[in-house]
Formats: sequence, C-alpha cells, structure tokens
Amino acid sequence: MADTLLDVKNLRIEATVYPPDEPAHDITIVDDVSFSLEKGKVLGLIGESGAGKSTIGLSPMAYGRGGVRITGGKVMLNGRDILKERTRGVRRLRGKEVCYVAQSAAAAFNPAHKLMDQVIEATVRHGSAGKDEAKKRAVDLFRRLGLPEPERFGNRYPHQVSGGQLQRAMTAMALCSRPDLIIFDEPTTALDVTTQIDVLAAIKDAIRDTGVAALYITHDLAVVAQVSDDILVLRHGKKVEHGTARQIIEDPQEQYTRDLVSVRSITHEEKKPGDSPILSVKNITAAYGKGPAAVPVLKDVSVDITAGQTLAVVGESGSGKSTLARVITGLLPPREGEITFDGRPLARRLGSRSRDDLRELQMIYQMADTAMNPRHTVRTIIGRPLEFYFNMRGKERDARVQELMDEIELGNGFLDRYPAELSGGQKQRICIARALAAKPKLIICDEVTSALDPLVADGILKLLLNLQKIENVAYLFITHDIATVRAIADSIAVMYRGEVVRYGTKSEVLSPPFDDYTDLLLASVPEMKIGWLEEALKRRSMESAGN
Amino acid sequence: MGAGIAKLVAQRFALGVLLLLAVSVVIFVGTNILPGDVAQSILGQSATPQAVANLRESLGLNQPTYVRYFEWLGGILHGNLGTALSNGQPIGPELLSRLGNTLFLAFWAALVAVPLSIILGLIAVRHRNGFIDNLISASTLAAISLPEFFIGYLLIYFVAVRLGWFTSVATVYQNMPFLDRMNAIALPAATLTLVVLAQMMRMTRAAILNVMQSAYVETAELKGLSRFKIILRHAFPNAIAPIINVIMLSLAYMVVGVVVIEVIFVYPGMGQYMVDHVAKRDIPVVQDCGLIFAAVYITLNMLADIFSILSNPRLRHPK
Amino acid sequence: MLLSLRRIPISAQVGILVTIAFVLAALLAPVIAPYSSTVVVGDVWEPMSAKHWLGTDNLGRDLFTRLLYGGRITLFIAALATALSFTLGASLGFSAAVIGGWFDEVLSRFVDMIMSIPTLIFALVVLSVLPSNTVTLIVVMGILDSTRVYRISRAVAVDVNVMDFVEAAKLRGEGKIWVIFREILPNALSPLVAELGLRFIFAILFLSALSFLGLGVQPPQSDWGGMVKENKDGIVFGIPAALLPAAAIAILAISVNLVADWVLNRTTDLKGGRGNG
Repeated sequence: MADTLLDVKNLRIEATVYPPDEPAHDITIVDDVSFSLEKGKVLGLIGESGAGKSTIGLSPMAYGRGGVRITGGKVMLNGRDILKERTRGVRRLRGKEVCYVAQSAAAAFNPAHKLMDQVIEATVRHGSAGKDEAKKRAVDLFRRLGLPEPERFGNRYPHQVSGGQLQRAMTAMALCSRPDLIIFDEPTTALDVTTQIDVLAAIKDAIRDTGVAALYITHDLAVVAQVSDDILVLRHGKKVEHGTARQIIEDPQEQYTRDLVSVRSITHEEKKPGDSPILSVKNITAAYGKGPAAVPVLKDVSVDITAGQTLAVVGESGSGKSTLARVITGLLPPREGEITFDGRPLARRLGSRSRDDLRELQMIYQMADTAMNPRHTVRTIIGRPLEFYFNMRGKERDARVQELMDEIELGNGFLDRYPAELSGGQKQRICIARALAAKPKLIICDEVTSALDPLVADGILKLLLNLQKIENVAYLFITHDIATVRAIADSIAVMYRGEVVRYGTKSEVLSPPFDDYTDLLLASVPEMKIGWLEEALKRRSMESAGN
Repeated sequence: MGAGIAKLVAQRFALGVLLLLAVSVVIFVGTNILPGDVAQSILGQSATPQAVANLRESLGLNQPTYVRYFEWLGGILHGNLGTALSNGQPIGPELLSRLGNTLFLAFWAALVAVPLSIILGLIAVRHRNGFIDNLISASTLAAISLPEFFIGYLLIYFVAVRLGWFTSVATVYQNMPFLDRMNAIALPAATLTLVVLAQMMRMTRAAILNVMQSAYVETAELKGLSRFKIILRHAFPNAIAPIINVIMLSLAYMVVGVVVIEVIFVYPGMGQYMVDHVAKRDIPVVQDCGLIFAAVYITLNMLADIFSILSNPRLRHPK
Repeated sequence: MLLSLRRIPISAQVGILVTIAFVLAALLAPVIAPYSSTVVVGDVWEPMSAKHWLGTDNLGRDLFTRLLYGGRITLFIAALATALSFTLGASLGFSAAVIGGWFDEVLSRFVDMIMSIPTLIFALVVLSVLPSNTVTLIVVMGILDSTRVYRISRAVAVDVNVMDFVEAAKLRGEGKIWVIFREILPNALSPLVAELGLRFIFAILFLSALSFLGLGVQPPQSDWGGMVKENKDGIVFGIPAALLPAAAIAILAISVNLVADWVLNRTTDLKGGRGNG
C-alpha cells in the first residue's frame, strides 16, 4: 500500500500505578490494537472512558501522558518505526509531521504569549517556513476557520478570546506546519452544542481543503460519524470493531457497537399536563450579589410541573437553568415572584421551610462523586433521610434501605461500601435512592447523566422513568442535551440568557414553527446519521438566505 | 497594561500601609495594656513607691494610652525613635547601625541562598522521583526540623573549632576592612542559608513542577521543541512569579531566623539588640525593634503580592 | 478501617517508634534517671564515661539526667501549647467557615493582622512585659500559633463546605452540629492530624528558641533549649555538651515530621473513586 501514512501494529501500552498503602504495580491500558490510516483519510477512535482512546491517539507522536509507556508493537509513520526513534528524531516528528489538538485549548495555550507566536512556533522552529511566511499562513487559516478579524486575531492573548475561538485557533496551530497527520483529542467536547457545530464544520472543511490525515478521538459516535471515513470502536483498551463510518453506524456487527449506536434512542410517550401542578413557579426574578452590582440571572421565569410528570429545562451554559434549581430549593432566594408547592406557598429561604417541604422536594446532582460524603457508607447515605424524616432506626431502617437498593437495581453487597468503591453509574443510583428515601413528590435532577458514559447514562434514564411509574414522583430535569430531553420529558422549557424562550408539552416545543434560538439549538444536536452535518449546515444557510 | 493593574497595585500598597498602622497599634497596645505596671516590673518588687512614681512620670505613663501612641508614632515618622530606659541613650543611632549589620548579614546569605535554591529546585524537577530528588526532599524534611542553634553550633564545633576556619564569634565594628567583615559573617551567613535553603528549594520545586505539568507545556512538547526551549519560553515566564514569591517569603522568613543566629554568633545586629532589651524589659527599644521587624516582613510580603499582580498576563492584558 | 502495621512505610514506622520512645523517656524520667537533675555530681563538663553516660554539664550535673528532665519540660509545655492552639484555632476556623458572613470576615482579618507580625518577634514584644513563668509561655505560644491552625482549618472546612454533599445535608434540613461533626469533620481529619504534628514540632522549636534566648523556661529548671544556652560556652573549647540537647530536639522533630508526612500523604482524595464504569 503506497499511500499508507500510519500503520499501527499490535500496540501494547502500560502504566505504573501507585495506589495508597499498596506497592506500585503495572497495569495494561491498551492491549494488541492494530489499525492503519491512508493519506488524507480520517479515522475516528471511539470508546467510553477507560477505553484507552487518547492513549492510542498519542502513540503516533511517541508520547505517553503521565508515566504511560508503549511496551509493545510497532507504530509505522511514513514507512519508519517511530518507536525506534531517539529523542531528536521524535522531536523532528512532533509538530512537523504530526500535530495535536487538545480537548481544552484554554489550558493548552500558554497564557504568557500572544496567539500568533504560539500558532507559528512549531512551523518556524522546524524550519517549514520563515516567520513572515508562517504568519501569512496563520492569517489565512484564521480566515478559513471563520475567526473574527483574521489579520489581528493573532495579536490577542489566549484569555482574551472565547472557548470556541481558542479551539479553532488550536486547529490553525496544528494545520500551520502542514503536517501529514493531525490528532484531534475530543476537540468539541467542552463546547456548547451550538458552538460545537461551527467548530466541527470548520475542522471538517480544513481537513478536506488541506488533505491532511486525522485521528479523531471522541466518546460521541454521532460526532465522529460526521467527520470520519473509518471508525475504530474501543473498549477497555481493546479493539471491538473496525469499519467504515457508514458500516459502523448503519450495520454494526458487535453487540457493544449496536449498544453505542442505539444509545439515546429511548422513547417516552408524553403525558398530558394535569390541572393542579405539584410545583408552580411564577414570575421569578433572581440575581447573584447585592445592590447595583448584582448580576441578574433569571428574568421573569414561570413554569408548572404536573404531579408524576417530568418537566425538562433545556439550555446551554449561562442560560440560568441551574440557578432556577437553586431558587426552587431555597438556596438562592428570588428577588421577585412566587413558588407554590403542592398547593401551598413555599418559603423563599431554605431556613424558613418546614420539614415536610424539605422532604417532599429532593435533589440529585450532576457529580455523584461529590454529592455523597466519601466518609459515609452506603448504609448511612441512604439511611440518614429515613432517620431524619421518619425516625426509622435499626432493623426497620435497614430493611427499608435494602428495599430501596432493590428498587435502584443494585441488590445486596453494597451497604457497607464507601462511595470510592463504586462505579460512576452505581454512585448516581445511590444518590437516586437517597432522594427516594424521603418519599418526595418532586425531585430536581441537575444534569444527572451528563458526567456519565452514554450507555451508563441510558441505564440511569430508564431507571428514572421506571421509578416515576412506581412512585408517581415528578421530575424537574435540568439538562443541556436534547436527546435526554426527548427520552424523558413530558413538557419542556427552553431557557436562553435567563429567560424561558419556549415552553409547552414536548410535542409542541419540538415541532415547528420554532423561534430562532430553539431552531438553532435543535439543528445543532448531532444525529447518529452519516451526512447530518452537511444537511444541518445547508438548512441553516438556506434559512439565513431566506431571511 | 492599563488602569486596572495600576489600581490593583495601589490597592495592595494601601493595604500594606494600613496593615503596618494596625500592627503598630497592636505592638503599642500589647506592651501597655498587658497586666502589671511597667514601671513596677522594670524596677522590680523591692523598688520604693517614690522610685516607681518617678519612673512613671518620666515614661509619660500618666498620660492616656492613645496620646502616648500618637506621640510615639509621630516621633518615629520624624525619625525620633525615643530613648532607651536602660542607659538613657537615644535609640535611633544605635538601632540604625544594628539594622545595617543585620541587613548586611541577610544580604550575603540571600545572595548565596537564592541562586542555590533555585538551581537545586531545578535539578530536583529535572530528576523527579530520582535519587537526587529524594535526597533533596529528605534533607528538606530534616532541615525544617532542625533548630537554628543546632545548625549554628554544629558549624562552630566542626568548622570553627575543629578545622579552625573562620571565627566562632562574629564581631564586627565600624570601619572594619571588607574582607575581615566577610570572614566574620561567614559562619552566621552559612547558618542562615542552611536554615532557609531547604524550604526555598521545596517551594521552588513545587512552583516549577506545577508549571511543568500544565497542558501548555505538554503542547510545547508535542510541538517537538527542545527541553531547553520549553523551559525557557514556556515554563519560565509562568514560573517566574511563583519563584519570586518564594524568594520574598524566604527573605521575610530570614528576618525572623536572624534573631537566633545573631545570638549564637554574638553578632551585633538588631535581633541581638532586641533580645537583650527584652530581658532588660526596656520597652521603648522592644517596641521600635518589633515595629521595624514587622515593617520589613510586611514590605517583603507586599512586594511578593505586587510582583505576582504585575506578572499575571490576565491582568496585564485585560479583555 | 484498621491499619495493619505492615502497611505503614518504614520511615513512618521509625518516626512512630522514636516519638513513642521520647514520650516514654519523658514520662518515666524519675525512674530511669541515674542521678538527681539539680545536684552537682562531678566536675564541670566531664567527658562521656560509664559513670556519666553523656558526661556532665557546665555545673557538673549529670547530662543524661538533665536531658530526661529537660525533655519532660519541653514536651509538657509544647503539648499544652499545641492543645491550646488547636482547640482555639480549629473551633474558630470551623465556625468561621460554616457561619460565614461578618463573623468570618472580622475573625479572618484579625488573624491576617496578627500573622503579619513574625511569631518570634511578636512573642518577644509580649514577653517583654509579661511575668516569666510557664503559664505565660503556654498561653503566649498557644494563642500565637492558633492563628496558623485557624487558617488551615478554615481553609479545609471551606473546601468541604462547598461540596455537594454538604449542600445535600443542608437541603435535607440538617442542623449546624450535624453538618460540622458528621459531614465536614470526617473529611477534614487527615489534614488536621498532619497539621497537629507540624504544630507540635513548631511548638518544640519555638519553645527551644525562646529558652535559648533566655526568655523561655527560667532557671533552675531547664528545657532542652535552656540546656543549649547553659552549655554553649563549652563549644569553643571543643566540648559538645550543648549539641546533645539540640540533637534531641532535632531527632524528635524529624520523627514527628515523618509521621505527619505519612498521614498527609495517605489523605485520600475527597473526590475519590475510580472514575466511571
């Protein structure tokens, strides 16, 4: 194969771990992974956390992050084994033949230097171009990547531009030295969905225009399907399936791949809203800080939740959706407006609420890790609300805890464990059980699935739906993810910059005619479909032409 | 760089001045309100009531505390540090020459300690988790556990007495030839260096390591830059502020360490002067010395903060 | 979670053993000591011998006996001062973190101010007017050092206090007592125990420095720092008597440091966990 650029054979990667109070030992992170990449093609590396995708992705740069070592196999780049190169050879390769785009460009740019100096640094250092030529290239790339004021953009410092712009600047930095291969390591994961689509399109265009090959690492199959020619599915450091993007998405062979493809396809029939809401939020205005310096975050927000149903509050970062939760729980008293709970007015401050108010309104957090006291056992974590609200002790309490453990499908053997001994999904289940223990009428779920891997998140959503049927509990579900909303909501409130811009039943909110923001939001959510990105962009340009 | 950063620096400076004023109040009030009659405790229990009353009069103790405070503070601001009780001499000239000696000692110790600790800190980072690094962290642990006088007397015992190098008593006097003076302060300066070295080295190591583990250094590494280039262009500009901070804090720490070391080597500095007069309960001297020590300490801390403000790119280039 | 001895690293084991040996020696001083600590039993600065294991001091008293009794005084004062600084500093630091508002503001600014005066200098200023006795020493050392404890316990408590599980407890309606003792304290314990070790070392070093300067424990009693002062004139004649109490301080300090270091290192990360799965 004449135009094979990268050929990885039987790659094996190990790391030494230093657990506290235990002798250090080696673990295998990547085991016997092989793949190859032709010039100008894009290979997607996909997997959940712990799949070893980033570790594999960095191997063409002969780089191991945090003490990780490549201990077996070959990495052939342009026909030579780079694992045999010495320091000098490796340095000539990095930044010249292979470039890297990190997940967090904000951290990857040096705060002390201007963007331009950093973008052209590798190009100049490796002698690919003189300083002026490199600057010209950079400006051209800034323009192509849709950065504002491309001539002057490079004069800014990293903290002076936005996250989406930095991500594009980092892509420009990688393209500037005209490498053969670029490694994109989750380049859009940290971005809001409406920003992600632009960056994604910019990356895809740049790859096409320059003919560079790429490894695209992500946990999001729908994203990788838009940019890749081929996809390699990884799990626990091993290969699961390798095929063309179309084959993986449309005709997956392995069960694990099928699970990944069908993720987020839970369907949930919406219920009609009832007359008497369990929670009614009326004309809430809230701000952080006091006096004239206060920062307004919620403006005249009104929503209702019917008993036993789910209201999804959707919005991007800065929309005020989490603040709404803080207002309802009483952590942030509103400046104006009223909250009615189960027909009675709810005190504005947490401190003035009755114990029944507190009990019937529970909360589940995004990070289950920090939502549980690491020094308490599962028995204490779930048992405490039973003691506190129902005065249950001893055997009675333990029996009820076990009942709850069965409800969250965890069963025996967990009661005396500490949170650190549980997996991410298990932790979130324990948090759900703790909320249920109070026999609440409403649970506020704040991004409860966004820190979890897709398959685990699906399990949590199914559990929540199931529990709603059994316990008749209502959810206020805060999320940035439209797929999650589709899966769980009965009604939806779309928030943008502190205001509810669209509110109604799920079918109303998700069918046209749309307002501008909801339209943009819906159109930006990647779909598990080859060619979605082009369609979405085409629709968008037609609309803007029509306006 | 704009008005924002100037404002921050001005604020920090104002805070330093305010702090110094507050400290002067604390020192003055602390020596006045505490139990016991100052005059009585100076003269001892056997003193006649008449003698005590005379002393009270001459100390101005019959005036309200706040009046005496403002007189004291006003005097200091005009360069008048008052009169020592023990010998009736003005404090100013004596204290000034003592302060000069102390700063001379601290200056030479710092001149050795600062570069040495930075170099050792860099070596520790370069060979992280290796033998040298472990040796350095072990010696740090030992060094912060050692009393100053242990280090000082070890040096005297082995270097001055056994080997016969340098002198064990660091006598200096006015118009002393420079080389003699250096010979006299060799051991106290060495002790002071050893006292602060480990701490400085550890803080330098942590500061550099913090920068070296950042994502932008990884980016530089993945650009194929040489080790030297990475440290010079990417690590150093970001590590300089924390390192200067370390230096300032260590210098501030030296100011305190110098007290015990001056006593060990009978060095005529301000620490020795203060300790002698605490024993004599000569309160005006103690107040003045305390204030000057605190002023040096506060100034160095303030400089450390101002430098980190000045070197922060986010503040230097606001949005 | 019982710790088996084998899982403790060798350095910490040594630290624990030596510390225990020092404490036992101090407690049992009257039993172990071969002579009286105040009686002259030989010539001035006799060398080490079978009769006087470590020789004699500047007045001809048995140095080994003096070391045992000196250790007793040193450990006693340092322990009480540390206990005082911890009780005061930790309770105020925790309260400031949980209560917040003006209480926190006033207390924190006050501590900032006290800490802007070097501890030794502050102690010298205060000791120039206070009567020289053990109670004064303990109180002055305890209060001055409590500012450090206040800072660290407040910082640790503030860190824990903003975690979601504390918010969850507040949303449940738990009172301040539960929040402080059941939610925050268990998570603040390890750093505080390590800090306790460091503060104890500091108290020993601080007391020794004061006594060395002649402002700490007053004769005829002597702690280790005082013994260094008594015997320091021998150094220039090549007599190492002053080095022994100084070395005792150093060895004890290093041992406690080794233990504190280990406690700090095994402090498990609050976020804990093995990631997702």
